[in-house]
Amino acid sequence: MATVAPETTQAPLGLAVAGEQVTGRTPRQLFWARFKKDRAALLGLALIVLLVLLGALAPLISKLAGHGPNELFTREMTDEFGIPLGPNGEFIFGADKSGRDLFVRIMYGIRTSLIVGVVATLFAVFIGVVLGIAAGYFRGVVDTIISRTIDVILSMPILLFAIGIAAACSATATGCLNGLVKPGLSLVIFIIAIFTWPYIARIVRGSTLSLREKEFIEAARSVGAGNGRIMFREILPNLVAPIIVYTTVIIPNNILFEAALSFLGLGVPDRIPSLGRMLDDASAIFEDAWWFMFFPGLFLILITLAFNLLGDGLRDALDPRSDR
Amino acid sequence: MGRYVIRRLLWAALIVFVVTLLTFVIFYVMPPGDPAIRFAGKQPTEATIREVREQLGLDKSLPKQYYTFVERLVTGDAAECPQGVEGCGWPGLWISYDSRTAVRQEIIERGPRTISLALGGAILWLVLGVSIGIISALKRRSLADRLAMGFALFGISAPVFWLGLLALFIFGSEGLGIDAFSTGYVEFSSDPVGWFSHLVLPWSVLALLYAAFYARMTRGNLIDTLGEDYIRTARAKGLPERKVIMKHGLRASLTPVVTMFGMDIALLIGGAVITETVFNLQGLGNFAVNSAASADLPAVVGVTLVLAVAVAVMSLVVDVVYAYLDPRVRYS
Repeated sequence: MATVAPETTQAPLGLAVAGEQVTGRTPRQLFWARFKKDRAALLGLALIVLLVLLGALAPLISKLAGHGPNELFTREMTDEFGIPLGPNGEFIFGADKSGRDLFVRIMYGIRTSLIVGVVATLFAVFIGVVLGIAAGYFRGVVDTIISRTIDVILSMPILLFAIGIAAACSATATGCLNGLVKPGLSLVIFIIAIFTWPYIARIVRGSTLSLREKEFIEAARSVGAGNGRIMFREILPNLVAPIIVYTTVIIPNNILFEAALSFLGLGVPDRIPSLGRMLDDASAIFEDAWWFMFFPGLFLILITLAFNLLGDGLRDALDPRSDR
Repeated sequence: MGRYVIRRLLWAALIVFVVTLLTFVIFYVMPPGDPAIRFAGKQPTEATIREVREQLGLDKSLPKQYYTFVERLVTGDAAECPQGVEGCGWPGLWISYDSRTAVRQEIIERGPRTISLALGGAILWLVLGVSIGIISALKRRSLADRLAMGFALFGISAPVFWLGLLALFIFGSEGLGIDAFSTGYVEFSSDPVGWFSHLVLPWSVLALLYAAFYARMTRGNLIDTLGEDYIRTARAKGLPERKVIMKHGLRASLTPVVTMFGMDIALLIGGAVITETVFNLQGLGNFAVNSAASADLPAVVGVTLVLAVAVAVMSLVVDVVYAYLDPRVRYS
């Protein structure tokens, strides 16, 4: 591990040539200098941009292909036994079990994956950050309650509880909690969010515990800053780097979470295309229709791989000690 | 040490209590509508609904219902077992209204399948993941390291169900056509070879995913540990490199891996749902999902509870072992 130069004189990556003007760099510039040298991370970022575009433009792609996501081509694209037909010039990824255009449905599926993954993660991060800072800052009873809650949630068989909630809340159209959580997308997002915030909260709590003892917090308190200001204007900005890294790591996990729920038939309803749901449908006929299994999985892994590549790159670039 | 164990025991008991409460809230209180109809399965008859309402005490107040739920759990349900239902006893997990069998009976029958899957997979991924991680950390930035980490990145990104389907496609009748690798479960006692060959693919798919996590974690921890001062001291005093890594480096970097391993096995007993579904193993996870799909809630509640207890017990064991290994934990 290289020795760390004092912050003010640290030239880009610690390489200062004698006689040359030494310029100070902000943490952001340091981050960018490291990040743009990381080809894997840049590839991840490019992939994410591409996938977001595909998802956002799904309606346009559908229009260009001339096939709606729920449009049936039973006559053209299934044989006499009801088995879908494979890729051809017009249906480049073939058809799904009811003769719908798999390519168009996958584009919509990317959209569903990204929406659920990102929105659920944002909810989880919000809850996790607020509770994590509160636990670390106030300590005592507040910390005990929040930390024990985290322990309980993390030691539950998450997928089973998720299945239970999904089943219980989908039993009637009004959903759960007086209609606050309705079956469909919002139910899936709700389930994922309540089971992933503890990961964020635990990290944030740990960092807050050590940050609250620093001098700048004492300084803020001595000039009369209140608890709210100290927590969200003094401590929070120092936590941005780890929060960004963990958000990027949790998004692909949550995308797989949604796919898993949908694969088990408990995720989003059939009219909303979901990659996990497609794999579920494909699992019954994958021996006769390899494309139906192959392409949705391929795009699913592309999405998660892209976020994991970016997450690894962000972690390395934001952690000054990292030389992995 | 004794005090620590007692404290952890109380904590485990509290977790189990909280889980029963949560299970109750999620399944009895949270969803709207008549719980009797929900608990009675997909196409309940008027008689079933009346029976369910009476047996679960659904016409009584919520605390009273919770009391009935816990009481049955603690004292067993043999005394009030409905006619024609077999396998009631302790713990009282009540009956599946869909199949009219005791949930307890189903769990006893399916448990070994899930445990076979989880334990076999766990041994495979622990050996694979940790050794790949160690080699990667020691030969950092070599071709082997890059290949291994690329593989690990693929492993943590790949959806288990896709890998499972691909494996079935490649080895199944459309691909290599190896019949021994087909889906389903064979009892160990009736055919050990069949038991093994039917589990090879599920084990491998499961292990691939976890091995990727463990390889990344082991590599990261070991690299961090090898940067510590005491490693430099060990080297400076002239210890052979082998001893530095085996005795000083690995000891510190593998303790977190061991903790995670214990929890992962416990969670897997409930979390192998997907692998079980893909390979049609008919274990506990399968049972829970199928019951959830047919709205047979007593079965879902039963499996959830059993798994929560398994997790609580396992985390108790892990913590006690950890406290034994690392004295600092006991006194914090």
